[in-house]
Amino acid sequence: MSYTGWILLTASLVGLSCGFIGVLLILRRMAMMADAISHTVLLGIVTAFLVTRELSGIHMLIGAIIAGLLTTVLVQWFHERGVQQEASIGVVFTSLFAIGVVLIATQVGNAHLDVKHTLMGEITFIPWEKTHIPWIGEVPEAVVMLSAVLLVVMIAILAFYKEWKITSFDPALAASLGIPVVLMHYVFMSLVSVTTVAAFDAVGAIMVVAMLITPAAAAYLWTDRLGIMLVLSGLFGVISAILGYYIAAWLDTSISGSMAFATGLIFMISFIGSPKHGVVAKWIRPQMLSS
Amino acid sequence: MMFSLSFNAQWVLLSTLILGMAAGIMGCFAYWKRQSLMSDALSHAALPGVVVGFALMGTKSLPVMIAGAAASALLGALLIQWIRSSSRVKEDAAMGIVLSVFFGLGIMLLTIVNRMPGGNQSGLDSFIFGQAASMVRKDVYIMAGVALLVLLISIIGFKEWKLFLFDPGFARGLGLSSRWMNSIYMAVLVLIIVIGIQAVGVILMSALLIIPAVSARYWTNSFLWMVVLSGLFGGGAGMVGTYISTLGKGWPTGPFIVLAASSLFLVSLAFGVRKGLLVVYLQQRAQKKIHVQSMSHAQATERGR
Repeated sequence: MSYTGWILLTASLVGLSCGFIGVLLILRRMAMMADAISHTVLLGIVTAFLVTRELSGIHMLIGAIIAGLLTTVLVQWFHERGVQQEASIGVVFTSLFAIGVVLIATQVGNAHLDVKHTLMGEITFIPWEKTHIPWIGEVPEAVVMLSAVLLVVMIAILAFYKEWKITSFDPALAASLGIPVVLMHYVFMSLVSVTTVAAFDAVGAIMVVAMLITPAAAAYLWTDRLGIMLVLSGLFGVISAILGYYIAAWLDTSISGSMAFATGLIFMISFIGSPKHGVVAKWIRPQMLSS
Repeated sequence: MMFSLSFNAQWVLLSTLILGMAAGIMGCFAYWKRQSLMSDALSHAALPGVVVGFALMGTKSLPVMIAGAAASALLGALLIQWIRSSSRVKEDAAMGIVLSVFFGLGIMLLTIVNRMPGGNQSGLDSFIFGQAASMVRKDVYIMAGVALLVLLISIIGFKEWKLFLFDPGFARGLGLSSRWMNSIYMAVLVLIIVIGIQAVGVILMSALLIIPAVSARYWTNSFLWMVVLSGLFGGGAGMVGTYISTLGKGWPTGPFIVLAASSLFLVSLAFGVRKGLLVVYLQQRAQKKIHVQSMSHAQATERGR
């Protein structure tokens, strides 16, 4: 596969897994939690690096899951002690992120891990770091990791589709039916962390947030059905990944930045032109009714 | 400690002190409007404006960059408002969208500008994490001036602000235009964010607005005292953080300021007189004791009967 092909494949994998997870994020009104986790994952990665002194996939995944869960638990804990939910998110993620940045600046140096890399990712290097997979051949490491994460996400969503649906739309009903709502909350947050960290290495923190929230919000404007929303959100993720790559190639600029920008374009199109919940449709409908 | 620093460094310390105070005060307003994370979205949204401001002038000119930052942060605020009010996308998702898309656009522009001749040495990257040491005297004056203006606005209109935050219906009844108050509030919030990003950086600027206010909440129930304390906490965090960051070569200022603020938060959480962990624990123990005593007393009288 060509160099461009690998980059597009990597970004599309990010778009798919983030798109699926993002739908649940939007429905559970936890969009800013995703922003928080995408920042605190940095602390997990830095700590994993300081402990093991190597930048391999599995250590970083474990560190990131711990950091993500720590964020969730801390936000909840402060909230129970009288801090507003929003403020609690703000306190936790900025503090943990600051610790991560300070650790990088003082302990790690710029040799292996730098902040800019984690913010913007290095998708251009991905096709070079290849590993051998039996039957398939040489495949970039990031593609392997992202495929595995996508598989986990899809299995988790499909296997408990009904449970996710009920806990997202009506947590009280879910609890009365005996579905472990709290456990599902933490499982979901772990899924967010895993997706974030897998995507993080490839595309950086900004694009993860953009990919998690924006395609799902755009899909939310097109449909009222969860199944269709999932498919649309994944599709929008892939489209913005590809569109973003070509914008970046055209302007010769940051790929992850352009992909984040492309998700914004798709959202704007949906926001204005969606037949169901778009601005134009809403503007036209009352006039049609009155005529 | 002040005397071991150069003259310029003293000015920088003073300006982050004033900045921290102003941010701490504005943070209380944002806290009670339940818009703590709005500051996060707005500070990220300021990045494209900073870069465009730089590209227009070709050199690092703080007034133009602040104007650019303010314009793009306001645009972000309007977009959030528009998305929230005219679609079914909720506010948190709208903030996430504006935050990430604007930041992505900012990174795109930054990459292009960094390729321009002279762009790489401009220190534009320092706007992401803040580099107080890169400020020159004129920048410090501008920052301190704007921060003082914000301080003045919040002090002069204090009574009106209080009404606006806690009883908007009553404020309207008194003839206060909530639309005007909202616009002034938004303008001041954006102003604080854009002057702070050079010292603290776009990513962590929101912390300086959120953390001092939350910490002050643990010490008092009075809004006036909360504002005063939050201002003090913010100022202290700004100064201490900036000082620590000067100890190492090339250390970013923002994260250290945030860490100073979060240490204050932890202290407040543990020892604060209102709902602090220690106080709550002692109260619970005292209540338990009273409860157990009255129980055993009741049992004793029962047995005596």
